[in-house]
Amino acid sequence: MTTTVTTRPAVSVAGLRKTFGTKTVLDDIDLTVTEGTVFALLGPNGAGKTTMVRILATLLPADGGSVRVAGHDLARDPDGVRASIGLTGQFAAVDRLLTVQENLRLMASLHRLGKSAGAHRVDELIERFDLAESAKKPVSLLSGGQQRRLDLAMTLVGSPRLIFLDEPTTGLDPRSRHTMWQIVRGLVADGVTVFLTTQYLDEADELADRIAVLDHGRIVVEGTPDELKRRIPGGHLLLRFADPAAHRAAATVLDVTQKDDDALTLQVASDGGVTSLRAALAALERAGIEPADLTIHTPDLDDVFFAFTGAGLEEKR
Amino acid sequence: MTTLANTITDSRTMFQRQLLHLRRYPSLTIMLIGLPVIFLLLFVYVFGGTLGAGLGGGRSEYVNYLAPGILLFTIAGAVAGTAISIAMDMTEGIVDRFRSMAIARASLLTGHVLGSLVQIFIALFFVLGIALLIGFRPNATPLEWLATIGVLLATSFALTWLAVALGMAADSVETASNTPMFLSLLPFLGSGFVPTETMPAGLRQFAEYQPFTPVIETLRGLLLGTGIGNSAWITLGWCAAISALSYIWAKRRYNQKAAK
Repeated sequence: MTTTVTTRPAVSVAGLRKTFGTKTVLDDIDLTVTEGTVFALLGPNGAGKTTMVRILATLLPADGGSVRVAGHDLARDPDGVRASIGLTGQFAAVDRLLTVQENLRLMASLHRLGKSAGAHRVDELIERFDLAESAKKPVSLLSGGQQRRLDLAMTLVGSPRLIFLDEPTTGLDPRSRHTMWQIVRGLVADGVTVFLTTQYLDEADELADRIAVLDHGRIVVEGTPDELKRRIPGGHLLLRFADPAAHRAAATVLDVTQKDDDALTLQVASDGGVTSLRAALAALERAGIEPADLTIHTPDLDDVFFAFTGAGLEEKR
Repeated sequence: MTTLANTITDSRTMFQRQLLHLRRYPSLTIMLIGLPVIFLLLFVYVFGGTLGAGLGGGRSEYVNYLAPGILLFTIAGAVAGTAISIAMDMTEGIVDRFRSMAIARASLLTGHVLGSLVQIFIALFFVLGIALLIGFRPNATPLEWLATIGVLLATSFALTWLAVALGMAADSVETASNTPMFLSLLPFLGSGFVPTETMPAGLRQFAEYQPFTPVIETLRGLLLGTGIGNSAWITLGWCAAISALSYIWAKRRYNQKAAK
């Protein structure tokens, strides 16, 4: 065992660089993930999220910088890292020719759990991930959500203390997405550290203790979800009025950021929370104005990029 | 020593995985048996009369001449299955999972090789059985049978590692199913179907010196009592060289692919 320090970060990265040919994919990355927390790496396609995960999971060598994962130096002791982590990649890492149960047993054998302990662990995971009905089915017959659950279950066979989830909900229907979120929350409750990548701000917001926004291989901003949202101006309330008089009157009592005289709409800055909504409605009430329609626009990834890189996603693509 | 014990445990796990694949998908094995059987029947019943006459006998002489070459043809065809299954693993996410686990690195390759050897021997068993049914009459002693199995094993081992390397070098499953095809041609360009003496000069030299000819000659000698000469040693030399080079190539490709 390595020397134990009272607060040991699960992941610490300093000055990490990675280039493919002449293209710099990761440029001087620093980050720290505290044990027992969820860290979300947020960014659009091609930002370098997957490369980051592949490096941390020992699949790719870094070109520079120092990385410690689960207390092991990545460059000097990759097997130490491998023994402590679990990886669920972007594409289902399952054996499609085997059944659900056989896939999990394969993992148990590779973790050298021993026959009875392995069988016990497999049954437990089948139960926990709601795969009992399909346990004897070949993986090729499972739905996308089931495959993703199996994929994650396989990652957990060895009871890793740190798991990497590369875009765990991309391509899943809303229901499977929520199931996956529940599973991640359950893992954290058990003390597991989760490092996840996502393209969805709401997902990072739901799950993460800290979010880092990755763009063009650089971390443009890092903080708690609340810190980030406070700094994103994209959230607003959109109010539509029935007649120009009400529209004009409302504009005088609200803190309007944008006014559209043709559509009779007003935009009011908001973090999407109840407080700002109540304040706006109270101001209208006092003035005796009833809005015809109200929508809440919460900041999305596009807003994050407008805020921190000065360019929207569309322009980048 | 624990490293060695782990390597053995992991390789056995990967081998069991391949055995499950074999059981779950017997169609591939059946296909690997089918092709050499078709060639055997085709050559014996369609060309056998004429080719046997050319050897100074008839169809029954030709069955004996052909059978050792067909066994090698079976191996050469069966290793395409190895290349395909390696390429399937490499192009799907599962290999990343294996590589991010603290398991013996080469165990995946070892598992594939051992699984393929089982598959090849199942195929050899059936092809040999059919050859015996249609008149193949070997006169080998038990010891010679044992040596035959040894030569088949050494050859299968070498060609399987070569197929692992080819499967690893392929970018797609389709490529992996095509690249080992030249191996199936080699028994034709050797002494597998007709004696090399009947070939024109350039081809004859190639046929005499390519690795499949000494293998066929050794098998023929062991099974039918024809002269082996130094073919056995040349066979073992080729097998050792092909195994070693392919192993190095396959392992290097395996580690390089990690860097993509």
